Amino acid sequence: MTIDISSMHKSFGQTEVLRGIDLSVDKGELVALLGPSGSGKTTLLRIIAGLEWPDAGGLHVDGQDWLALSAAQRRIGFVFQNYALFPHMIVRDNIAFGLTVRPRAERPDRRRIAATVDELLHFLQIDALGGRYPAQLSGGQRQRVALGRAMAIEPTVLLLDEPFGALDAAVRRDLRRWLRGVHDATGTTTIFVTHDQEEAFELADRVVVMGAGRIEQIGNADRIHDHPASPFVAGFMGATIELPVTIRAGRAGTALADTARLPAQALADGPARMFLRPEDVAPAADPAGPWQVASLSSTGPQIRLILRDTAGTEIPADLRRRAPGAAALTPGTRVQLHPEAAAIFPADA
Amino acid sequence: MSAAAPVRAKRVLPGFTLTLGTTMLYLTVIVLIPVLALILKGAEIGPARFWGIVTAPRTLAAIRITMTAAAIATVINALYGLLMAWVLVRHDFPGKRLLDALMDIPFALPTAVAGLSLTALYSANGWFGAPLEAAGIQVVYTIWGIVLAMTFTSIPFVVRSVQSVLEDLDPALEDAAFTLGAGPWTTFRRVVFPAILPAWLGGIATSFARSLGEFGAVVFIAGNLPFKTEIASLLAFIRLEEYDYAGAAAIALVLMVFALALLLVSNLIQIWASRHAGGPR
Repeated sequence: MTIDISSMHKSFGQTEVLRGIDLSVDKGELVALLGPSGSGKTTLLRIIAGLEWPDAGGLHVDGQDWLALSAAQRRIGFVFQNYALFPHMIVRDNIAFGLTVRPRAERPDRRRIAATVDELLHFLQIDALGGRYPAQLSGGQRQRVALGRAMAIEPTVLLLDEPFGALDAAVRRDLRRWLRGVHDATGTTTIFVTHDQEEAFELADRVVVMGAGRIEQIGNADRIHDHPASPFVAGFMGATIELPVTIRAGRAGTALADTARLPAQALADGPARMFLRPEDVAPAADPAGPWQVASLSSTGPQIRLILRDTAGTEIPADLRRRAPGAAALTPGTRVQLHPEAAAIFPADA
Repeated sequence: MSAAAPVRAKRVLPGFTLTLGTTMLYLTVIVLIPVLALILKGAEIGPARFWGIVTAPRTLAAIRITMTAAAIATVINALYGLLMAWVLVRHDFPGKRLLDALMDIPFALPTAVAGLSLTALYSANGWFGAPLEAAGIQVVYTIWGIVLAMTFTSIPFVVRSVQSVLEDLDPALEDAAFTLGAGPWTTFRRVVFPAILPAWLGGIATSFARSLGEFGAVVFIAGNLPFKTEIASLLAFIRLEEYDYAGAAAIALVLMVFALALLLVSNLIQIWASRHAGGPR
């Protein structure tokens, strides 16, 4: 199923949650909506599901206008953040729910439903849990049941809201790999919402970065990591250090860093903002440097420095403890920065 | 090798024995001894005489009237209470908090006051009584008066028990049902109703128990005609006034058995309701 979203707007009272979203998702794609809380990603997902209605904009799936359909008519599989399993039904009945509520004419007979449930329980590797109530399951097991319930109706689109948010790290990694396998086996067009970059990049074919109700960037991990499209994406992707620079003939210049190793920028002359990741700061001892090492802490393989300039600005810098020249960076040492990677935007961006 | 010294688990609150002892003593004096005394008093009468008192036409009539009125009142409360709880939880409207607070009035108001007000309203020249009388419907001094008084005093039980469960119900459950293709009615029947059913039934059981025992509000409006509008607890009171302790105790015992049976039902519902909540995680 191809999903087309066009200039979608949505407000809750005075708060604009979506400010013009345009997005296309191809058949069989696995797309992540990545963003901090309040970016509108869950609202977008709920609009696609038919649980929320936009104030303006279009939603077409294979050319069909979905805004004219109710949630029940869209036949989507939705996995909720806290799974929303029906607590008074055993696992089998939860999974069968979507089949048993169909109008009599379309409803499979009892035996067919039981067979479908058996198949799903096996596919999800939870054969033994069919007779349990949701309260008797672990988080990871609930997640599988929730997915099974959504898949039982053979959904046109699978939507997952923070699917791994409530799980611990180890289970989360397992389920991530497993979900990728499920997607590859079924080929269902899938969209999931997450605030976890690692999760988004590891699982998705394409990542849609959202911020404050807008799509900031669409791409894969390398593209978004190396070439953030906006200061927001740069910051969200970890480039949290901001230094003012001046662009002259395509080169960024500042007294606060040696920018000779940075590639040329396609920017007009004038003031600009440079964003750096702590691991890209590349400090080196230099008696004439503008920064001074204020403190140092080690995690074993890595050291983290806090650098301070004469104006009192502090920035963090991460480097390998065994990197050449790292031993010289003791507190009080003056340093210069030699970054090789940075994201630079015009001052008004 | 050193023997490990036995470690006593520390309790968060000190004086466990003292607090438990006080609770038990209090419960015994206030609840258990009166109940026991009633049973003993009933036993003193002897089975034959007990049976005689209980099956006397006037007693049977009183029990039948009490049961019928309580049953009708409970059906009304069950339906209206469910609706009221739904409205209070699922809808927003001006005055909602006021309405919510009003639901406690039947609890707070002395039942005699409730009885007097209802009698005034529904008597032949009252605000409601006059038009009803004109339509040929008499409320005061009939079983309908009893039903009315019982309905009034026991309505909060159903509302409050359903309300709290409905408030805690995860809205995502209904969203999930919608996305799986269920319409609003199916969603209510298969997802929402099963979730509130135990609380609803529990509320109904307590509401019925309260109606069986309602005295203050009923005696004002019922007219208290033997065989017509005389309730069981009033009859017990009358027997006591006549110094017929055995008669009073026998009737009281019957009422108590019904109340305990309802309590048992209510608790069984609770156990049944928690069947899917427990278990190892």
